[in-house]
Amino acid sequence: MLNKHDVIEKNSFLMLILIVVVISIGGIVEVLPLFRIETTIEPIKGIRPYTPLELEGKNIYIREGCYNCHSQQIRPLRDEVERYGHYSLAAESMYDHPFQWGSKRTGPDLARVGGKYSDAWHVQHMMNPRSVVPESIMPSYAHLAHEGAHLDEIAADMRALRKTGVPYTDDMIKNAYKDALAQARNESDDFDGLQARYGTPFGHTVNARNFDGQETTTELDALIAYLQVLGTMADFKDYEPASDVGDKE
Amino acid sequence: MDKPEYNDEIVKKFTIATIFWGIAGFTAGVFIALQMAFPQLNIGEYLTFGRLRPLHTSAVIFAFGGNALFATSYFIVQRTCRTRLWGDGFANFTFWGYQAFIVMAASGYLMGITQAKEYAEPEWYADIWLTIVWVCYLLVFMMTLKKRREPHIYVANWFYLAFIVTVAVLHLGNNISIPVSLTSTKSYSLFAGVQSALIQWWYGHNAVGFFLTAGFLGMMYYFVPKRAERPVYSYRLSILHFWSLIFIYIWAGPHHLHYTALPDWAQTLGMTFSIMLWMPSWGGMINGMMTLSGAWHKLRQDPVLRFMIISLAFYGMSTFEGPLMSIKTVNALSHYTDWTIGHVHSGALGWVAFISFGALYHLVPVLWRKQGLYSMRLVNTHLWIATIGIVLYITAMWVSGIMQGLMWRSYDSMGFLQYSFVETVMAMHPFYLIRALGGILFLSGALIMVYNLYKTIKGDSVPALAADVKEAAHA
Amino acid sequence: MSEHNVEKDDISGVETTGHDWDGIKELNNPAPRWWLMVFYVCIAFAIGYWVIYPAWPTFSGDNERGGTKGTMGWTEYKQLKDSQAEILARRAQYLGRFEKASFSQIENDEGLRDFAVAGGKAAFKDNCATCHGTGGAGGNGYPNLNDDDWLWGGKIEDIYQTIRFGIRSGDDEARLSEMPTFGGMLTPKQISDVADFVLSKDNPTTPTAIEGKQVFADNCASCHGEKATGGREVGAPDLVDAIWLYGGTKADIMAQVTKPRHGVMPAWEHRLDRNTIRELAVYVHSLGGGEE
Ligand code: HEC
Ligand code: HEC
Ligand code: HEC
Ligand code: HEM
Ligand code: HEM
Ligand SMILES: [Ca+2]
Ligand SMILES: [Ca+2]
Ligand SMILES: [Cu+2]
Repeated sequence: MLNKHDVIEKNSFLMLILIVVVISIGGIVEVLPLFRIETTIEPIKGIRPYTPLELEGKNIYIREGCYNCHSQQIRPLRDEVERYGHYSLAAESMYDHPFQWGSKRTGPDLARVGGKYSDAWHVQHMMNPRSVVPESIMPSYAHLAHEGAHLDEIAADMRALRKTGVPYTDDMIKNAYKDALAQARNESDDFDGLQARYGTPFGHTVNARNFDGQETTTELDALIAYLQVLGTMADFKDYEPASDVGDKE
Repeated sequence: MDKPEYNDEIVKKFTIATIFWGIAGFTAGVFIALQMAFPQLNIGEYLTFGRLRPLHTSAVIFAFGGNALFATSYFIVQRTCRTRLWGDGFANFTFWGYQAFIVMAASGYLMGITQAKEYAEPEWYADIWLTIVWVCYLLVFMMTLKKRREPHIYVANWFYLAFIVTVAVLHLGNNISIPVSLTSTKSYSLFAGVQSALIQWWYGHNAVGFFLTAGFLGMMYYFVPKRAERPVYSYRLSILHFWSLIFIYIWAGPHHLHYTALPDWAQTLGMTFSIMLWMPSWGGMINGMMTLSGAWHKLRQDPVLRFMIISLAFYGMSTFEGPLMSIKTVNALSHYTDWTIGHVHSGALGWVAFISFGALYHLVPVLWRKQGLYSMRLVNTHLWIATIGIVLYITAMWVSGIMQGLMWRSYDSMGFLQYSFVETVMAMHPFYLIRALGGILFLSGALIMVYNLYKTIKGDSVPALAADVKEAAHA
Repeated sequence: MSEHNVEKDDISGVETTGHDWDGIKELNNPAPRWWLMVFYVCIAFAIGYWVIYPAWPTFSGDNERGGTKGTMGWTEYKQLKDSQAEILARRAQYLGRFEKASFSQIENDEGLRDFAVAGGKAAFKDNCATCHGTGGAGGNGYPNLNDDDWLWGGKIEDIYQTIRFGIRSGDDEARLSEMPTFGGMLTPKQISDVADFVLSKDNPTTPTAIEGKQVFADNCASCHGEKATGGREVGAPDLVDAIWLYGGTKADIMAQVTKPRHGVMPAWEHRLDRNTIRELAVYVHSLGGGEE
């Protein structure tokens, strides 16, 4: 059989084609079935797209490279569930373009950090982590507190995300800037509009406060708004893994 | 003939770029290693760990490793096809285009411009640019193969070809994204959540498989037999392990996503294909090592060959460790910890960097037409310093990784978690110091190499080859 | 491979394939047997594994999240449950009784108490230490839990209540009270005076402190008490003892009066289960300052 290899060895184009065929199979078999959303993503209530301010926060999280140290994926292992909370479901990251599961835990998992600490703690921690956790090796991010958040362009980001499939409505995009300021309690006080767009339909109350305690809306406001919503959307009250449901039948 | 037989000018350029970016990447590695031991070194806005880590990984993989692959593939394809490289202009474009890509990517990271996908961090505009450069690379390589004057394509070129074309496919698949606008540096990945995770690790794992493995196996298949002056051990093994390697590699990506929200079936495929990948990987090691059979004494005389053989040993070790870490119960412990980092660097430092050092030491006298290297003793010094550095690095990471994994999951007799997260951070401090020391040694070795190569190229102390003796410049 | 000029390699005596690339030749050795055998074993292992565990995507895609089920019915979520059962078994000796016992029963049963303290300590290290310090010693803005100075009460039930619902946490049942922002209500001089008064405790000697005494009686006593010894109903700290939440310099005090901090303690009701919160309460109570 190996004699036949002569043919391939003598024909560079044939070799190229064969390589492409051989390397395509695995990817096709593994990746394509994942796009059957009904089986890949469990139905669970409460997951919503990020508000404009949270989205800006997420962009800052990415820009600063927090994912290099922090995972956002709680594995179904008993110690993780005990330390960080309910294991992560696929549904919880379905609006993360791209996913933020991480691959290294130099710092703790952040998938459910929302609500764990006060805003003031986050401010202190981001300004100087060692002021609250002396043993910490996390960098300080004091520059975030001095930098105004660039929210006037956030609608463009939402439009791009809509093209990828995030269900932002025209109404959400139109009011993006106003909603962002309303959430940071700055200039706009249309909390009701924000709540009507991102809260009520999903059964939540949107966190709206001056997150960093400063008059203006800074990058720190946005980042903390993002951190405070992590892991708080999914409603686990009537969630059961599909495999358990199967058992009862 | 008005043109020289081979286009070595382009190889020289890539060789110098390899050396330059190697030092830059190792220095970045040492710096981030120090940051993990001394967080005060996170300076200001631009030099934080979160921004520098991708700078390090891209610098070593794409800038150092990538340039080494360009240099050696262009060198080898010409020799083993007995023909001049096709398309001087295109080849030149791949050089300048690739350097521009590196600068674009690196400056982006410092400014916080990133897609947040490991090893694919460059934003959309850099991705598009790289696509153009890469297509030219494929073209140059294929056209050179096509006009070869040898009837058969040599095995090194199979591996280079698989590397070039697969990286193209991976790059295109993983980087599909929607830019916010044509004037914005920011884009959003088309895929989200679990789909984005699997596509990323389909890419990420095969960046390892094709960039850091297949490409460097190509390098190995030329320089080891060349340096040992022995035939390749087994042609049949070459065929078997080449096709099984590239077929199986692609499936193994989900081992980066064990125990996540990725459906169980995909995790199983990732694990089982990783185990099946063990022997195809070792095929390359066996073929390389056994090439020395009957010539083992050369190891004693030639430190350059020693670099290559140690690199094969590390390759064997990390491709044994990899399948081991793919087993779900093992991965439950190792994932997210320094064990992964140790594994990465036994492959990266031991295999990728060592085989490249071996190639550089062989190439430079040939390219610059010298009878040999400035100093073989310095090669030997480099070898030992770097080896000690690697051993410190990876043993420190094994200990700290396994320790941290065990601490996370340890329960006391009453059934309560024994350690908090921060306690594990504290416990790792000594190992971060040892790792940093290992990195400093490794970097020092590389600096010795730079000096040695510089003296070789420029040095009047190294006799030049007579003009008519073009090849086979052995030390 | 056997087409032309086959030659033998001198050293090994093995045939070459007859090609030569830039001086490199290939031997025609077979692939090592052990290599093939191990490869086959790995493949066999994989096939066996596919039978037992979920492994291949199915076309119908409706069970096991789109894949085959495997003969053992294994899923990662079931494995979690099994492994948790083992931990619950370790706790079982006490857990059953602990769940039903009242706090006073726990306090009087050494075994239960040790159990709760151990559990509370473990939970404290990962959830509370970031604010209250590793040993509960507190820090600026975060109260010390070791001393007998309590904002909201040091009985175990008080502590339990505080942990469950938090302080100004936004929870419906949170402990809630906000010191007014006097910055706009009092003049800078009044603020300075009242700070002098607070610092000189209930024995003011300087004229400014004496003036401050009146300011205090008018504005602060309602919460912090006539004698400034604090008011636990509203979480107002004792200003007489030398224990300060936000620091005891005049500047600190003026800052707090001008713009109070309104420290937030998160609610743990939705994050930790009832047992853990009760363990935490026992643990915090045991730290040294617990009141009967
Ligand atoms: C060098 C690694 C590193 C980087 C980069 C990093 N962190 Fe951390 N982070 C840590 C470590 C270590 C801890 C644990 C100690 C502590 O609480 O500070 C931590 C803790 C945290 C916590 C508290 C989590 C908890 O549950 O206690 C939050 C929130 C956090 N980081 C957010 C961020 C954000 C946001 C960024 C990016 C802007 C970031 N981190 C970047 C290492 C890092
Ligand atoms: C985000 C920071 C934070 C975390 C995390 C936190 N606390 Fe607190 N805690 C506070 C603050 C701030 C106060 C004081 C609030 C005030 O000013 O009244 C407080 C007050 C308390 C009190 C009341 C003290 C008194 O004097 O009455 C208790 C008890 C307490 N915390 C226990 C805990 C326990 C147990 C945990 C973990 C489960 C915890 N705390 C986690 C911030 C925190
Ligand atoms: C509505 C109730 C209320 C009133 C009125 C009030 N306080 Fe307070 N005070 C509090 C509470 C609650 C706290 C602690 C909580 C916090 O801000 O975190 C506090 C804290 C303080 C502190 C910080 C104590 C420390 O340990 O660091 C000082 C000083 C203080 N008050 C002084 C005053 C003075 C002076 C006045 C009058 C001008 C006043 N307070 C009026 C409720 C009140
Ligand atoms: C002087 C030598 C080097 C030092 C000191 C060094 C140090 C480091 C450090 C500190 C990290 C971060 C680990 C973490 O986040 O916990 C890292 C990551 C990494 N390095 Fe290096 N490195 C060196 C050389 C190399 C080389 C030569 C390569 C590749 C050819 C390489 C590839 C990588 C990769 C791929 C990662 C990311 C690993 C992951 O995400 O799991 N490094 N390195
Ligand atoms: C048979 C071959 C191999 C297998 C099966 C394998 C398997 C693995 C596994 C299981 C992980 C850990 C994933 C996780 O828990 O997050 C990993 C990580 C990694 N391996 Fe390997 N490995 C192999 C060979 C190699 C080689 C030769 C190199 C390098 C030259 C390498 C580079 C890496 C890198 C860079 C990572 C880190 C990825 C990340 O998290 O960023 N691997 N590998
Ligand atoms: Ca603000
Ligand atoms: Ca990219
Ligand atoms: Cu991998």
